[in-house]
Amino acid sequence: MRLFDFLRSRPKNTASVAKERLRIIVAQERAQTGRPDYLPLLRREILEVIRKYVNVDPDAIDIHVEREGDSEVLELSVALPERNAPGGSVAAAAGEA
Amino acid sequence: MTEIIVVTSGKGGVGKTTTAASLAVGLARRGKKVAVIDFDVGLRNLDLIMGCERRVVYDFVNVIHEECTLKQALIKDKRFDSLYVLAASQTRDKDALNKEGVERVLKELTDEGFDYVVCDSPAGIEKGASLAMYFADRAVVVVNPEVSSVRDSDRILGLLSSKTRRAELGNGPVEQHLLLTRYNPERVAGGDMMGIDDVKEILGIEVLGVIPESQGVLSASNAGVPVILDDQSDAGKAYEDAVARLAGETRPMRFIDAQKKGLFARIFGS
Repeated sequence: MRLFDFLRSRPKNTASVAKERLRIIVAQERAQTGRPDYLPLLRREILEVIRKYVNVDPDAIDIHVEREGDSEVLELSVALPERNAPGGSVAAAAGEA
Repeated sequence: MTEIIVVTSGKGGVGKTTTAASLAVGLARRGKKVAVIDFDVGLRNLDLIMGCERRVVYDFVNVIHEECTLKQALIKDKRFDSLYVLAASQTRDKDALNKEGVERVLKELTDEGFDYVVCDSPAGIEKGASLAMYFADRAVVVVNPEVSSVRDSDRILGLLSSKTRRAELGNGPVEQHLLLTRYNPERVAGGDMMGIDDVKEILGIEVLGVIPESQGVLSASNAGVPVILDDQSDAGKAYEDAVARLAGETRPMRFIDAQKKGLFARIFGS
């Protein structure tokens, strides 16, 4: 009998909760899995090349990919070691659309 | 030209095998030469859904390991002359499949003039599932309007655009379709189930069909008759529409609106 169903309060709209949760988790997971898997190798090889010329710290290279609309930007920054003269570190950045 | 269609989902129990069987039967009923292959090695079920479980002598793994010919292993459907089933092995594990073997079988089916090869993927994202999708031209991603199924489908869509032969060779993307199953229009209307547009918006691909939740699906699997052949059931008719769309026809979605209940049913109905 559903005679008294009218008297009960309507349950919360769970479908919209599901949709919102999914929207967030799917976007987050796409950002993670969309990341190219060659980055660690790229980082190591670049480090090896640089070390032929300059003795940099293994942690001195920072690589990441950012998505801006339809284009992806590969950002690479290398902190060169301080010279004798106090001038701070020199950072080089390369970008690619 | 042979088209390879993978039926996949990530999550188990959403209706992959039911869908693979019905799509294969629907395409064969349109006069196409179709083979449907069960990639779920160790847990075969396509033979039961197709109703040919007592006629399995050789299976997919036997063909891959060259223990029999492909012709010996293909089971001809009793209802449609142009439909063949290739069962999975029940005794081996999933490592019995390998890429070269699968490629050879698909090549042989192409040479035999098959129009379609439907690959019924196992659940998960391991070897069987990845091999089922690897050679695909098209993918039908089966999804229930429910959080875990939608999330897993998104993962599968990511794999389809990176871990397939088409993606690796740069031969254009695998054409992706969503098939919503176990859809309950009443619950969608009541706000308890995500609707077609919600799922489409989250996953961002087109919907090939919507199969309503139906008693017909269980009855069909009980009998070993793919549900598309039950023209009394809404699910059967919805699968027929999906096959028509797969073949390029335009058909409106049916069975997606809640039934209006009369006053009597609203008060006394179940």
